[in-house]
Amino acid sequence: MKFRKRQIGRLMPKRDQSNPVRGVFSRRALIVLGGQAAVLGVLGRRLYDLQVTNGAHLSQLAERNRTSKRLLAPARGIVVDRFGTQLASNKVSWRALLMPEETTDIVGTIARFSEIVALDDRDHARIERDLKHVHKYVPVTLKDFLSWDDMARIELNAPGLPGVLIDVGSSRQYPSGPLTAHVVGYVAPANEHDVAADPTMALPGMRVGRAGLEQTQDTVLRGTPGSVEMEVNARGRVMGELDRVEGQQGAQVALTLDVGLQQMVRDRIGDQFASAVVMDCRNGEVLAMVSTPSFNPALFDSGVSRGQWAQWASDPETPLIDKTVAGLYPPGSTFKPAVALAALKAGSVSPTERFHCPGYYDMGGVRFHCWSRWGHGNIDMHDAIKLSCDVYFYQLARATGMDPIKAMGNDFGLGSKLGIELPHIRTGVIPTPDWRRAHGFHWNGGDTVNSGIGQGFVQVTPMELATYVSRIASGRMIQPHLVRKTNGQADPLGALDAAAALDIPTGHLDVVRQGMFAVVNASDGTAPKAKLDLPGVQMAGKTGSAQVRRVSRAVREGGHFKSADLPWEDRPHALFICFAPFDAPRYAVAVVIEHGNAGADAAAPLARDIMTDTLMRDPVNHIHPPGERVAENDLGEF
Amino acid sequence: MLGPLRHEKRLWRPEPSFRLLSKLWQINWLYVLLICALAGVGYLALYSAGGGSSKPFAAPQATRFGFGLVLMIGTALLSPRLLMRLSGPIYIVAMALLVLVLRMGHVGKGAERWINLAGLQFQPSEFAKIALVLLLASWFSRLGHRRMGNPLWLIPAAVAVLLPVGLVLKEPNLGTASIIGVIGAILFFAAGMRWWQIVILVAPVPFLGKFVYAHLHDYQKARIDTFLHPDHDPLGAGYNIIQSKIALGSGGMWGEGYLHGTQGQLNFLPEKQTDFIFTMIGEEWGYVGAISVIGLLGLLVLGGMLIALRSRNQFGRLLGLGIAMDFFLYCAVNLSMVMGAIPVGGVPLPLISYGGSAMLTMMFGFGLLLSAYVHRNERLGPHDQPTVE
Repeated sequence: MKFRKRQIGRLMPKRDQSNPVRGVFSRRALIVLGGQAAVLGVLGRRLYDLQVTNGAHLSQLAERNRTSKRLLAPARGIVVDRFGTQLASNKVSWRALLMPEETTDIVGTIARFSEIVALDDRDHARIERDLKHVHKYVPVTLKDFLSWDDMARIELNAPGLPGVLIDVGSSRQYPSGPLTAHVVGYVAPANEHDVAADPTMALPGMRVGRAGLEQTQDTVLRGTPGSVEMEVNARGRVMGELDRVEGQQGAQVALTLDVGLQQMVRDRIGDQFASAVVMDCRNGEVLAMVSTPSFNPALFDSGVSRGQWAQWASDPETPLIDKTVAGLYPPGSTFKPAVALAALKAGSVSPTERFHCPGYYDMGGVRFHCWSRWGHGNIDMHDAIKLSCDVYFYQLARATGMDPIKAMGNDFGLGSKLGIELPHIRTGVIPTPDWRRAHGFHWNGGDTVNSGIGQGFVQVTPMELATYVSRIASGRMIQPHLVRKTNGQADPLGALDAAAALDIPTGHLDVVRQGMFAVVNASDGTAPKAKLDLPGVQMAGKTGSAQVRRVSRAVREGGHFKSADLPWEDRPHALFICFAPFDAPRYAVAVVIEHGNAGADAAAPLARDIMTDTLMRDPVNHIHPPGERVAENDLGEF
Repeated sequence: MLGPLRHEKRLWRPEPSFRLLSKLWQINWLYVLLICALAGVGYLALYSAGGGSSKPFAAPQATRFGFGLVLMIGTALLSPRLLMRLSGPIYIVAMALLVLVLRMGHVGKGAERWINLAGLQFQPSEFAKIALVLLLASWFSRLGHRRMGNPLWLIPAAVAVLLPVGLVLKEPNLGTASIIGVIGAILFFAAGMRWWQIVILVAPVPFLGKFVYAHLHDYQKARIDTFLHPDHDPLGAGYNIIQSKIALGSGGMWGEGYLHGTQGQLNFLPEKQTDFIFTMIGEEWGYVGAISVIGLLGLLVLGGMLIALRSRNQFGRLLGLGIAMDFFLYCAVNLSMVMGAIPVGGVPLPLISYGGSAMLTMMFGFGLLLSAYVHRNERLGPHDQPTVE
């Protein structure tokens, strides 16, 4: 007790007249102390308000501060052929990024980087633009699609390249390249329209199919994006992962295509500008479809250069266009079976009824020639098909009229929209007087005559021709299609007896089939060269030579006319359609060679070779690629 | 408690080495312990600010504290007579340094505040505060009570205050200049300035405020404006205040746990290892931890004031009050700043915030305070008459 009294006494001395300084100081110091205590008290009180009273609200803000949800681009689905060979796959690709905040000398780092990996002017311009527009913590792509060597060099020089890091992405790869470029198509980064339709398309790494199956199966191949919730700091840098939902890779799409057969067909065509379709005529599976010339689809993923694009776009042989579905050609004589069936169905003629062919047909003062200057005499339908008599079909068309012909053609897929899973397909035309009038023109009787032999305004695509011949062979409404399985789920179109029967009496079809059989197998048929050199297997077919330029009477009557003497671009297109084996049809082939001159000379042998390859390979009856099996078991020749 | 020794001292002067030991014994070790406790809190906070690592903040700061401790003990042993004699030269050196920093200082965040002394970054305005306290304590202790009433004797002291205030304002560092001014004013008040003088001085302050605001730098005005309306510019100048409040709020009553504060660990907090370190403490340790730290700061202020009150010489009293006031103002300004109660300015939380210059000057100041305690019974001038007990 005594001790405490002394202490207080020291702090608060009694008022001492001889020493007023200390008294004043003590009093005023206590005032100051009181002020200090008050300030600290107020601060403590305010802290309570901030931390406890408003704590819940503020901690909500804190939670929002620290998490950031980002979407993960899913891997795109793989496209394979019917035997599992990859046609479109994903390849791991590396790119070099620059973290601007991690280097003090951006210009110097880029300069050193460009000594290691060449950067062109476009790269430099893009990097400069990106650096200006993004925040310091957002990485800037220095170079995409690094080669293994580039990567190794960058890693080796890493100490001299602060802020440069390698990022793993994926790029689309097309192992079969130009061979399947038209069918498979290609992808490209999403544009503003895609992003407006689906915001997830803005994710880096997302690609949109721009052609072929990549385009039509885009939603299937795309997959579902995953998401990752991340803890981020104030600079947006990722500190850790809180939650991760893996995305779903896009479905694997297995095509009906046999890439081995595709290669064979491609090899057969050589450097001609042609298109060929091989179809399973029982269910419409497209086994091969080739259009030459082609292009390299890999160039699209990394961005096509302006020069390359200009070259493709201005090329008269249009490598970007798939001629099998977008090339329109007059069918020429290959159209005749359809005209014959239309006439039979309309009842305007019986199969045995004969017409006279003197080598020409006069109508309204205009003379229409038969391809044979001497004429075919009195012939019936079977022979007219076998010999491809023009005059017979001139008369048949006139007797039948365009509307039944158009209806029959459409039933066989000619001039009707096909459901095949390809974008940018064009649909052929079978003209009628109404159609012509709708376009503001008058229909002449001569137009009907011309249409009877697949000339004039008639236009079809090779895919329509293949569908047409498949339907003739099978008597069913065959639907051409390319997707065989999606994620292992078989496409219903692939079932063998799925297609409905055509509304045509079998007798009518037989007349046409027999005529087409004679085309190839009769000694006086138009395409004896197309006879198969296989024991016990026969083929039926039909030639076609479609004029692209009117042959003037003077030239024709001069007697020296030979289309092979014309300049290349004026020569007729050569066409051939066929199916085999004749007694149990399995494969249908349609071939169009641009300016190939005569169907019988140019297209028929090509079609025969393709059919031979197809029959030997017999892709529809195998589970594994036929070549492999043969090699393994050494079965020898077929 | 140390009574007998006091009387003996006058009779017997020990050998210098022994005197030094006895002085060491006289140091208020309880107060030293409090200082160490605060530095310990600082170490823990910096360890957390470093992301759960003693690098890059905690370890260097601990080393500096070690140096500071030696400096403080050494300073505590200096005799007040020597300090009074040196106060003039020290003040002149401090002013010279302030002029020097204006001439060739390093610009940090829009102000010239730092100079390089033999490779050591040094902030002369911190030192100037201590020098001013020394000078004013020395001057006022010699005046005595009667002369304090004469304005003529106060004018030199006023000039001594206004000179550093003006120089620091010119840097420009409004926060430190105000702190210097307030410390000066408090010393005038405590030294026994007459009330009528105070009224005359304080009356024109509102008009002066208007004039000062008109001459503020744009960034200073912006600080005042963002302080008034922080939500107007949530990612710009108001960012610090808002993030600071969010972090404090997310701490709640008990905190998110040591090393587990999301806002601090994720760098949402600006300058979390320096000016805003209290926010991180608040987030991780909650209100309970934060108010405890404020309590510790308050204890140090109270201890300083008590030391001042206990001194038997006016120099020691004013010196102690000045240092305690300096420490208090640091704390108060920093805490108000992080709680968004006053505009943001570069004022660290003493002994906790990362930074060598502030730490060493503060430890020097505590050394002076302890010196005032050690020599509390010495009679230094004619006005320090021993009190009869």
